[in-house]
Amino acid sequence: MAELDLWSMLFVFMLATFVGFQVIQNVSRLLHTPLMSLTNAISAIAIVGAILMAGEEESTLATVLGAVAVAASMTNIVSGFLITDRMLKMFRAREPRESKK
Amino acid sequence: MIHGLTQLTYLAAAALFILSLRWLSHPKTARRGVAAGVGGMTLAVVGTLMAPEIVNFKWIAIAMVIGTLIGVPLSWVPLTAVPQRTALSHAFGGLAAGLVGTAKYIVWYEHGELTTFRTGAIVLEVILGYLTFTGSLMAAGKLQEIVPTRPITYANQNIVNLLLLAIAIGAGVYLTIDPYVPMAFVVIVLLSLAFGVLLILPIGGADMPTVISLLNSYAGLAAVAMGFVLENKLLITAGALDGSSGLILSIIMCRAMNRSFTNVLFGAFGQVQATAAAGEAKTAKSATPQDVAELLTTADRVVIVPGYGMAVAQAQHKVRELYDQLTKRGIDVRFAIHPVAGRMPGHMNVLLAESEIPYDALIEMDDINPDMAQTDVALVVGANDVVNPAARHDKGSPIYGMPIIDVDKAKAIVAIKRSMNPGFAGIDNELYYLDQTLMAFGDAKQVVSDVVKSLSGEGSGH
Repeated sequence: MAELDLWSMLFVFMLATFVGFQVIQNVSRLLHTPLMSLTNAISAIAIVGAILMAGEEESTLATVLGAVAVAASMTNIVSGFLITDRMLKMFRAREPRESKK
Repeated sequence: MIHGLTQLTYLAAAALFILSLRWLSHPKTARRGVAAGVGGMTLAVVGTLMAPEIVNFKWIAIAMVIGTLIGVPLSWVPLTAVPQRTALSHAFGGLAAGLVGTAKYIVWYEHGELTTFRTGAIVLEVILGYLTFTGSLMAAGKLQEIVPTRPITYANQNIVNLLLLAIAIGAGVYLTIDPYVPMAFVVIVLLSLAFGVLLILPIGGADMPTVISLLNSYAGLAAVAMGFVLENKLLITAGALDGSSGLILSIIMCRAMNRSFTNVLFGAFGQVQATAAAGEAKTAKSATPQDVAELLTTADRVVIVPGYGMAVAQAQHKVRELYDQLTKRGIDVRFAIHPVAGRMPGHMNVLLAESEIPYDALIEMDDINPDMAQTDVALVVGANDVVNPAARHDKGSPIYGMPIIDVDKAKAIVAIKRSMNPGFAGIDNELYYLDQTLMAFGDAKQVVSDVVKSLSGEGSGH
């Protein structure tokens, strides 16, 4: 059973990597800085693992480590999404061209 | 049943994350991408909080409040400081992965549930997590100039570094075979922390765009390893997206400098060129801001080449005023953006967008180079190595082979520079001695603002 799960996880990893390559290659170079802050916020999904460690009450040390990890991930989520949006708001096209469309 | 519901939120979150990155492909849909990301994250967090394993919410709530309190001000940093903030968030990502791995080792150790597979995944997560943590802190320190930006080197540096990593991996293999040796775990943690610091020490400021991208990739892979530890497919998916994004960006950065990963990581760029600098005395023509203004008014097509020096001088808003003055006169003004201009991928675009320059005036290097020969005036503001023609023909130059913006093909060139001192990498630039080149000496902000003043004075006279 455990072995079967390893294989399905490897499949997910492989497929997600290919999807990532495809999707990210299409991102305009204009937006590479917001791209990095957005993927940063997304990979803070690690908060899911941190929440489990902080909330399970298995051992005090694990709870403390988990809580610090929740704080670190939450920082990335909040600052990552906010700053990405702040940057994207600044990208404007030339006005005459916009009105033409 | 609740478990199934949690999985459903994870599935939806993974789809939303992919959509989020897809929408980022164009400035018009990009903000929708952020909304999708926030939606996916919220779903996943709520789904996790519903899981029956979670019995105590107190610490989670406190930690989330603390994270929000740190995160909100971190999103207000000036855009010149975005590279530091990004490095710092890679550090937090690495730290979270390292800590969760450590906590999981402790729990499984106490319960006697460590298996070969679990330990192996934890070792991977912990090594990647902690080395990303300290490495990114170092990178942030260098970008903020708390840590010296010059490469710091010592004898046998690469051998020492690789030896440390080899010992860490050796201890990891040992631990996988015999998981119940906490000392080996402690050794891995300490060595990974040390390796992160040592890895960044010899890397110079000019290589930061590559290093940040690489650390981005490591942070993603650490999240993937965490996914393997916790058997969580959402973590694997999101981590793989982040990891592949970081890898693509690092490849683009390396190509833009014509260098390999190994060269960036182990080359200590900016160290060896001191001997090459001495050459015959050449003369450059200097010009006043008024001369520059006059020259610009005679042009039909102007290309501005911004470099990090522009951001250091905070000249981008003055450059926007110059852009306005020139476009008002019917002059076609575009910006040539080299991929490594700035301190992280895409940094220059964000800085120019902030000063309200429309993004369709920002042109990538490969797209603008064919037009350089038809350009009347190329104005170089705070860029140096990325416009050095030596990269094309001088095999002895350290930047030989690096793709550059072909400024030297323009009919006239104006370079704004503090003095004739060589730039960041210590390489002399022959562009400044060409017949069609005028040097405007001074602080970029001051010079551009004087040019604007001269232009607007003239404009009212007509």
